[in-house]
Amino acid sequence: MKQLLKLSVASFLIAGALAVQASTLSDVQSKGYLSCGVSKGLAGFSAADSSGTWTGVDVDVCRAVAAATLGDATKVQFVPLTAKERFTALQSGEIDMLSRNTTWTITRDASLGLNFAGVNYYDGQGFMVKSSLGVSSALELGGAAICIQAGTTTELNLADWGKQFGIDYQSVVSDTNSQTLSNYDSGRCDVLTTDASGLYSMRAASNDPSEHVVLPEIISKEPLGPVVRQGDDQWFNIVRWSLNAMITAEELGVTSATVDDVTNNPERERLMGRSGNTHEYVGLTPDWTYNIISQVGNYSESFERNIGINTPIGIARGVNALWTQGGILYSPPFR
Amino acid sequence: MKQQNILSQVKSLTFREILYNNEVRAFFFQVATFLLIFGLFYTIIGNLFDNIEARGIHTGFSFLKNRAGFDILPFLGNYLQDYTPESSNLTVFYVGLINTLVVAFIGIIITTFLGLFIGIARLSNNYLIAKLAGGYIELFRNVPVLLQIFFWYNIFINIFPHPKKSLSFFDVVFLNQRGLYLPKPILENGFLLVIIAFVVGIILTVFMKRYFNKKHDETGVHTRTLGYSTLLILGLPAVFFLLLGSPLHFDFAVLGKFNLNGGMQIVPEFIALTFALSVYTATYIAEAIRSGIEAVDKGQKEAAAAIGLTQTQSLKLIVMPQALRVAIPPTINQYLNLTKNSSLATAIGYPELMSSFGGTVLNQVGQAVEILGMAMLVYLVISLCISLLLNFVNKRMAIPER
Amino acid sequence: MAVNELQSTRKPPIFQIGAILWLRTNLFSSWVNGLLTLASLYLLYISIPPLLDWMVLSANFNFGTVNILGFEIKFSEVMADNQNCGREAACWPYIYEKLYMYIYGFYPREESWRPDTVYGLTALLFVIVRLVRNYKYKNRVILSLIVAYPIVSYILLAGGFGLLPVVETHRWGGLLLTLVIASVGIIVSFPIGVVLALGRRSDLRVIKLFSTLFIEFIRAVPLITILFMASFVLPLFLESGNNFDKLLRALIGIALFQAAYFAEVVRGGLQAIPKGQYEAADAIGLSYLQKNALIILPQALKISIPNIVGSSISLFKDTTLVLIIGLMDMLAMVNMTSQDPYWLGRETEGYVFVTMVMWVILYSMSRYSRKLEIRFNTENKN
Repeated sequence: MKQLLKLSVASFLIAGALAVQASTLSDVQSKGYLSCGVSKGLAGFSAADSSGTWTGVDVDVCRAVAAATLGDATKVQFVPLTAKERFTALQSGEIDMLSRNTTWTITRDASLGLNFAGVNYYDGQGFMVKSSLGVSSALELGGAAICIQAGTTTELNLADWGKQFGIDYQSVVSDTNSQTLSNYDSGRCDVLTTDASGLYSMRAASNDPSEHVVLPEIISKEPLGPVVRQGDDQWFNIVRWSLNAMITAEELGVTSATVDDVTNNPERERLMGRSGNTHEYVGLTPDWTYNIISQVGNYSESFERNIGINTPIGIARGVNALWTQGGILYSPPFR
Repeated sequence: MKQQNILSQVKSLTFREILYNNEVRAFFFQVATFLLIFGLFYTIIGNLFDNIEARGIHTGFSFLKNRAGFDILPFLGNYLQDYTPESSNLTVFYVGLINTLVVAFIGIIITTFLGLFIGIARLSNNYLIAKLAGGYIELFRNVPVLLQIFFWYNIFINIFPHPKKSLSFFDVVFLNQRGLYLPKPILENGFLLVIIAFVVGIILTVFMKRYFNKKHDETGVHTRTLGYSTLLILGLPAVFFLLLGSPLHFDFAVLGKFNLNGGMQIVPEFIALTFALSVYTATYIAEAIRSGIEAVDKGQKEAAAAIGLTQTQSLKLIVMPQALRVAIPPTINQYLNLTKNSSLATAIGYPELMSSFGGTVLNQVGQAVEILGMAMLVYLVISLCISLLLNFVNKRMAIPER
Repeated sequence: MAVNELQSTRKPPIFQIGAILWLRTNLFSSWVNGLLTLASLYLLYISIPPLLDWMVLSANFNFGTVNILGFEIKFSEVMADNQNCGREAACWPYIYEKLYMYIYGFYPREESWRPDTVYGLTALLFVIVRLVRNYKYKNRVILSLIVAYPIVSYILLAGGFGLLPVVETHRWGGLLLTLVIASVGIIVSFPIGVVLALGRRSDLRVIKLFSTLFIEFIRAVPLITILFMASFVLPLFLESGNNFDKLLRALIGIALFQAAYFAEVVRGGLQAIPKGQYEAADAIGLSYLQKNALIILPQALKISIPNIVGSSISLFKDTTLVLIIGLMDMLAMVNMTSQDPYWLGRETEGYVFVTMVMWVILYSMSRYSRKLEIRFNTENKN
């Protein structure tokens, strides 16, 4: 068979034209920007304003990785993806990492050739209905039409939940987030189901938030986090520890404003690369964490800026608070 | 140049001659093309396997047996396959296939009648009708069909009322933004006999038609068969139906807490899709019919008038048979286009093949090569069937040359 | 009684003249026709007034103050927003506010002169092609323009080469993207289509087989499956590590798809060339390439021009499908912009607007194709 390969003119032409595969880090550094897959528009997580600037907690993870690897948080090319496209885009190498409110599950982690690098938001699936229906619990939803987005774990959770509680419903599946929302808005269905964060985001975006109720039931665990391709452990570590750096910074009280103040605190010094040589292990310059915190901020800053209580989205820290403050956010130590 | 040619003819079998020999060249070109294409395939398939392995993507068709785990918008495919989230991915494939075929089938019927009507109307001597038909064609032909699908879907779910205020037709048929609710027929034992009677009625009608046609050919006596046909096709099953004590009941839709429950729900996704596809395709069929009618020689119509046929008779017996000969091949091609365009349903979430199987399953499983390959194969088979039909029709309709 | 008085000519009956005659012959020639006329009138009555009302009479045109070519035109004190627009009729301020997105997508506003220039160049191209119609070297002029136009447009739109700031393709959108996809699709697929058509008519069996297989395969499957293939599977066909722009992948899919259709159109033209032309070309000793380039193709392509335009129209309509693989073309902008919290639920206006724009483009194209058809028909008869 090798002989036949050599015979063919085409294969020579094609093989010659293709570059040799490089590691993701050197690839990113040589092209000078990070290509990051994000959602097409989910307020507070990743959304572009009309001038094309992206903001959100998912976007901030991309920016943190860009700051760590390139020293500049703005050097990110955001690639908006639908839920359907996201994994193939990552598998095919179109993007270097995916930060698109993606739920970490064993199937995705183990069978798609992908690795989840951590969790940047602990979410759960909920329901939103119009207040006029007078529904106060998800268990009253028998016979309702439920709007849902195709190609998500929410689709699977809903089916499980319906089976478990013997609730008969009709699912109205749409391709995109906007079509789902518009179906709910026009009354094609009674209920909208997706991650609770998404529900709050959509409720905040509606004309009159008081017209909609988010029901108390949370029917699933949805740990959302950044994803990378399998087989490049260095890149995996960079993404995982960029996120951890933001969480650790919050824990140690380092903010973008106090980033230079590391006096007499060995933990802060280690985090900020003033002592130790952890940067060598991930293959970056000593100031990589400094760049993240000074340009993007710590986890708390990113959270409060994009989805916190004082934003229109208005989500409380809740389970996403640090482990020391009653939440489950926990980063392994920088040591 | 000329001298060289003559010279090379004088010498026998030089290298040049071999080089310029047409057969040698032909052989060389074919081998080169073959190698080129083979090499291309070898490379990309090699890359494919490398990539799949490097990325740890599963291969093979074992995913078809796995539990699907998600819901599908309830429509015909669901009912026929008894689909639940517990069903396998293969069932999703069948559900999608059925839903594709339903849209294609219903769409083809509607678009044929609509196209025929518009095509004839386009040539009507009624000024208003002709202009309206022309306007219809220009309007719907020049708007992308995907846009029309979105548009009608959006209109449907926005102008029809909420289920609680459904438009009701005698409390039997309901219409609201969640679809059209028809009574659902529930068949009891014995209904099979009624269906058999119906089929027998059709067969008998065909024989009867043949007999009277033969009689007409031989004696010239024309017999009106419409009454007999109706009696056979509808009357025969009706007799059985009554004899068996009406073995059929209907389940009517009733208002529940959120929705109308029961009955047979025709979802708006299906209605919008079928409507948009039929309206769009009908413009092409109308044009085919029109050019077919225009292709019929004027003398034919004059001759028909001269032997005393009425307008209707002339259209039915003289013009249409000849016009259809021209119009049917492009019309069948449009049937194929309609079937292919049904794949656009993925945009509004109607669960046909590309939406449920090529969309949701692809996303859950991630095996793009296998899934898209299967979907493409289905369309290939459908289009092969339509081509065979076209060939058959062309053969039947060919004017026997003398 | 004297009868030699000249009788005045009687007037024709009132039913046989003027408007009434026209009505009788065109609308009420028989009672069936009369009924049909009344039915049509009723159809118009129930459809046109509400449509007119929704689009114009009751619609909201409160754009605020608009600057058109330097003239300040005041429509209203302030621009209407979603709340005070009402749901019963069209809210055109939404379109006005989102017009930029519909035309340029996310293209940076300060760089919008670049797509504008491309739009201008495109119009100029058509004008030049018309003007040089009778010029001696028109073929050379047109050919060089056809080569130069895509290059110039690409540099203008994408930037780079140290000339202009780079604008990544995922920021292209709206009408701009629709036009880019359609024109690239047509320009790239045409030569491939011609080669495939020649291949299918070739005497060389292997070439004929592969061409036929390719054409028939592509024509049998829907464009959406090809786009999915280009979007999901094409990257797997390449050696890993190759970044491949999403737009480029869609363009490859569309070009291959359209090539198969062009091939069939051109094949139709080739079949119409009398056998004598081939034989004559062979007889004067032309090579295969010379024969096709100088004798056969010029004639075949000329016959096929109306169908080529027709096929291009189909492609233009098909470009809307790219939204399913996530490219933000003009139709996708409807979903995108009506999800804006401030303009929630204005899809209908969006669809109507895009329909109008698309219809104008497609209708002019189809008129043009019909004109060509008539022109070529008469030329053939002479």
